[in-house]
Amino acid sequence: MTAQAKTMISPAVLSANARQQIDHWVQKYPPDQKQSAVIAALTIVQDENGGWLTTELMDGVAAYLGMPKIAVYEVATFYTMFELEKVGRHKICVCTNISCMLCGSDEIMQHLKQKLGIDVGQTTEDGKFTLKSVECLAACGGAPMMQIGRDYHEHLTPQKVDDILAGLE
Amino acid sequence: MTITTNQVCFRTLHLDKPWSLEAYRSVGGYEVWQKILKEKTPPENIISELKTSNLRGRGGAGFPTGLKWSFVPRNKPGQKYVVCNSDEGEPGTFKDRDILRYNPHQLIEGMAIAGYVMNATVGYNYLRGEFIEPFERMEQALQEARELGFVGKNILGSGFDFELHNVLGAGAYICGEETALMDSLEGKKGLPRFKPPFPANFGVYGRPTNINNTESYASVPVILQHGGHWFLDLGIPNNGGTKLFCMSGHINKPGNYEIPLGTPFAKLLEMAGGMKNNRKLKAVIPGGSSVPVLPGETMMQLTMDYDSIAKAGSMLGSGAVIVMDETTCMVKMLARISDFYFEESCGQCTPCREGTGWLARILHRIMHGEGTLKDIDLLDDVADKIMGRTICALGDAAAMPVISFIKYYREEFVYMVENQGKSLCST
Repeated sequence: MTAQAKTMISPAVLSANARQQIDHWVQKYPPDQKQSAVIAALTIVQDENGGWLTTELMDGVAAYLGMPKIAVYEVATFYTMFELEKVGRHKICVCTNISCMLCGSDEIMQHLKQKLGIDVGQTTEDGKFTLKSVECLAACGGAPMMQIGRDYHEHLTPQKVDDILAGLE
Repeated sequence: MTITTNQVCFRTLHLDKPWSLEAYRSVGGYEVWQKILKEKTPPENIISELKTSNLRGRGGAGFPTGLKWSFVPRNKPGQKYVVCNSDEGEPGTFKDRDILRYNPHQLIEGMAIAGYVMNATVGYNYLRGEFIEPFERMEQALQEARELGFVGKNILGSGFDFELHNVLGAGAYICGEETALMDSLEGKKGLPRFKPPFPANFGVYGRPTNINNTESYASVPVILQHGGHWFLDLGIPNNGGTKLFCMSGHINKPGNYEIPLGTPFAKLLEMAGGMKNNRKLKAVIPGGSSVPVLPGETMMQLTMDYDSIAKAGSMLGSGAVIVMDETTCMVKMLARISDFYFEESCGQCTPCREGTGWLARILHRIMHGEGTLKDIDLLDDVADKIMGRTICALGDAAAMPVISFIKYYREEFVYMVENQGKSLCST
């Protein structure tokens, strides 16, 4: 495939805003190492797409960064923050690793499962919440903790969890 | 015995907005950098000062930082890099997050100095993908440093260029391994590389690269400000300086404590408010989930430094101290640790990819009341067959907890096998 054909594939599936943001990241790397920005690019398009990646978007990133599609799929499947299936508007990531476990993450997880009526890895029917169990998020001093979107929530109690969820649109 | 805290990486913590440029300047921030540029300090002198200080890598391995800096061929033509490993993910560790959030300028100054010493004009600070708040703090600080001309082209008219970039991962413990981090930085899966060649000669994009942990770089400006001997004397011989200890688990005041190396563990536990609910101390993982567990009574005799913990058969690691009280089921703890390594193994090396799965499955079998006494020996056997047979240290990290938990708490595993999955601690 020629370079011309490569760029013809589908970078257009990326919005102008996404392309502009990706350009900002590309500048951090040497000119001949554009693919270094792939993690950032996937993060940007995932955020724009409601939290998950479609094959079309991954292909768009591949075309935009001049990478083989497979190289993008490899990255998208390797890192846990990329979602390849639709997720809820709010992804609740509960740390269940040892420090949080010692401080009651089992109870927090149980409370969330009951409250949302879903199991780990599932999404509520209204598409509002996805519940995930995640590995250590480096906030063990605030155990038990969880991350929703960009925010860390620490020193959780079932009551505090209720308050946090109530504040989400 | 009074312990002086927060003298190095947390030296701005008591100030209003400790992350601000004003706070950092008020403790002498960027003065070292300005002095180096003005006097054109020979890089050898800086390395020599670091060697005097006895600063050892704060990411977990404890390799002498000055010596590491001397490995990079600074006069070799072509691009060289300095990289900061802010991919904090070792279970129990949460110190780098606070350096990034509360003292970002000190990390910038430390990395800039490293760039100068190794003649590397580009630096990357790789933060784990979940660290959005720390990333934004770092970006703001970097912007301020650029505006003042401390970072960028021809810094303060010295002729030296240093451009720094903050970048984010996307969720992979293995990227905390230095060569996996480099692959990730290059836009690939984070797979550890064979060593040699070492990063000093073949790092990012195949160029000479120095990589250190966040706490290591952030310690450098303070060491150069007050001198290597000052830092050395804060700690004890062969264990210079202070260290951040991340206290978590069954204690009253979890959090980060920056204290001199060589401080008794008993004192650190007291500073962290002692045991929650006045329960008895059972066990401690002294350096993050990858290092061998030690019984509480052993820990109470130790000081918090590389040599003391090593002599007792464990490691100081990242300084993540996980405290467990008498109610803790050690089988459940180990099963969770083993789940973690199974989840995070990158899959390159067969002993790790397959072995971590075996460990997790055997432990869950025991917890479900389906284990046999032979399974306990099988755990040891599998762990032994992973140890030393993988490209990177994740294999060893998965094996060491298994071997140590069974060594010290075998009776709990036996009890669970003989009682259909019931924990000795729930009786």
